[in-house]
Amino acid sequence: MGILEVKGVNKRFGGLQALGNVNLSVRENTVHAIIGPNGAGKSTLLNCLVGKLIPDTGSVMFDGNSVLGRQPHEINQMGISRVFQTPEIFGDLTVMENMMIPIFAKRDGAFRMHAVGNMMSEKDIVEAAEKMLVDMNMADKRNMHTASMSRGDKRRLEIGMCLAQEPRLLLLDEPTAGMARADTNNTIDLLKQIKAERDITIAIIEHDMHVVFSLADRITVLAQGTPLVEDDPQNIKGNPKVREAYLGESA
Amino acid sequence: MLGLNKKDATLLLLVAILALCAPFILNPFPEGSALAQFNAGYPDLMQRFVIFGIFAIGFNILFGLTGYLSFGHAAFLGVGSYSAVWMFKLLSMNVIPAIILSMIVSGLFAVVIGFVSLRRSGIYFSILTLAFAQMSFNLAYSVLTPITNGETGLQLTLNDPRILGESATADGSIPVTNLFGLEMRSTFQMDVGAWLFQFNVGYYLCAFIMLLAFYLSLRIFRSPFGMMLRAVKSNQQRMRYTGLNPRPYTLAAFVISGMYAGLAGGLMASMDPLAGAERMQWTASGEVVLMTILGGAGTLIGPVLGAGFIKYFENIFSKINDNVLHGWFSFMPDGLEDFVVGIVHPFIGKGWHLTLGILFMLVVIFLPGGLVEGGQRIARALRKDKSDDKSNAKSNPAE
Repeated sequence: MGILEVKGVNKRFGGLQALGNVNLSVRENTVHAIIGPNGAGKSTLLNCLVGKLIPDTGSVMFDGNSVLGRQPHEINQMGISRVFQTPEIFGDLTVMENMMIPIFAKRDGAFRMHAVGNMMSEKDIVEAAEKMLVDMNMADKRNMHTASMSRGDKRRLEIGMCLAQEPRLLLLDEPTAGMARADTNNTIDLLKQIKAERDITIAIIEHDMHVVFSLADRITVLAQGTPLVEDDPQNIKGNPKVREAYLGESA
Repeated sequence: MLGLNKKDATLLLLVAILALCAPFILNPFPEGSALAQFNAGYPDLMQRFVIFGIFAIGFNILFGLTGYLSFGHAAFLGVGSYSAVWMFKLLSMNVIPAIILSMIVSGLFAVVIGFVSLRRSGIYFSILTLAFAQMSFNLAYSVLTPITNGETGLQLTLNDPRILGESATADGSIPVTNLFGLEMRSTFQMDVGAWLFQFNVGYYLCAFIMLLAFYLSLRIFRSPFGMMLRAVKSNQQRMRYTGLNPRPYTLAAFVISGMYAGLAGGLMASMDPLAGAERMQWTASGEVVLMTILGGAGTLIGPVLGAGFIKYFENIFSKINDNVLHGWFSFMPDGLEDFVVGIVHPFIGKGWHLTLGILFMLVVIFLPGGLVEGGQRIARALRKDKSDDKSNAKSNPAE
């Protein structure tokens, strides 16, 4: 029984069957990669997991509880954090403030009227944020405004913000898309380090095979909205079905 | 001090000193001199400065922090005024219950309007708030005449019950607004040489409340709640996926700023106990947007500066007429004098809007951060001069 269980999920957009009978089981404390050619339904599946889309049929269970019909912030509070394809951070705020917000969310929940206290005198939050900045190797950028940072740094901050909430499941949507080689390698190293140091389950959607095979313990290949195979990385590489899905029938 | 850091405490102190000494600061020119025209230190105008300051401080909590641009805040101002006048009619002429009621009623209005309008963001939110404000204006103007007294506006009469007060004074006139007997209109006048300084009870009450309002907004800006509001402005998507629900945060900000507007409306009625529908018109909503942007949206002191700036123009520039201009330019030869007066004419008197519009455009184009950014640039330039001197002094011996 995995920490995330997707069973028989279907999603239709008008005439397009985006997801057809998707089953997926992500085991605790593993890195599970979901790969597939363009249009395979990877992002649709991810959006079904975080509450942005609701599947037409099927069930999505996280740690024994259904996530369907819940708002994104409620799903986050259950312990699922999401990293976006283009880094989504608070561009007008400093790095430190960016790091403090998820920790507030973890401590105080979805809404709390905390209108007269000074945020910098919340000792536990400031300390936790500072520790996370050190872990992310960003302590020197503490007071920087995030809008002026490089893409790699933004990604690093976003991952740090997600980790600061101590989620049980981290979802990564093409975390290295549009990155230079050096930034990609840094991100791989960071994710490897996270995997080694923390009790965390990671589900990753990725295009870049180099990233997938450096990280994944388990791989699901999606094609045309249905899972083709689910297997360990070494078996995926030589699988003829996967080659066919990626390269077309003639290959 | 008061839970503020040193910089904020200094700012608060500065505002307090300015508010306290306003009767002196705004009256720099001796009576009867040619420049007495530009004196703004009379009670009526000073009251307006601080009341609109409160209005803009509250608006800035919504617009400056969350980025939600409301075009209907004047509705709360009007609601506040009506509530206060009703309190004067029914209960007593004491301003405290009136002000409290105006905040409560406008807060309730804000909950309803905010709940509906905040389902959309951006331009749609602005349009929704504008629609609500126009609806309120039209209702006040026509359908709700029994409550608002329609076109005439709500006024006090000798027949009002005033349960805790008196319907009419001993000499048969309408009683005046007061704070436990201290009349709002009473003014202490001080003659110093050619100067006349006026210290008005109403002004000082408004100024004191403005300081409280400013202090509260300081605390909100620095609080975790304030940080969440800035997060709303910055990235709602990230906020939702960080486990935070933006909706109640924006609604709370909307209600707080609506109550600030109601407070301002209540104070207006406390200074001059009448309320008219035109206070709710969209031009009044637009005015507070201009004030906030002109002073610097999202800054602490900006809205107060913007409010003062606009009200000064409205009251001082609009009073300059052609006769005054002829007086100023009388040293010129006749033809030239008429020519210069003719050129300046569209910018003064009723044309003060033109001057204000041009200034507003200049500020928005060259100082997107408003007057506050202008001040910061000047301060930076001065500091740079100083540090240049220092570095020159250091490098000179080496050369």
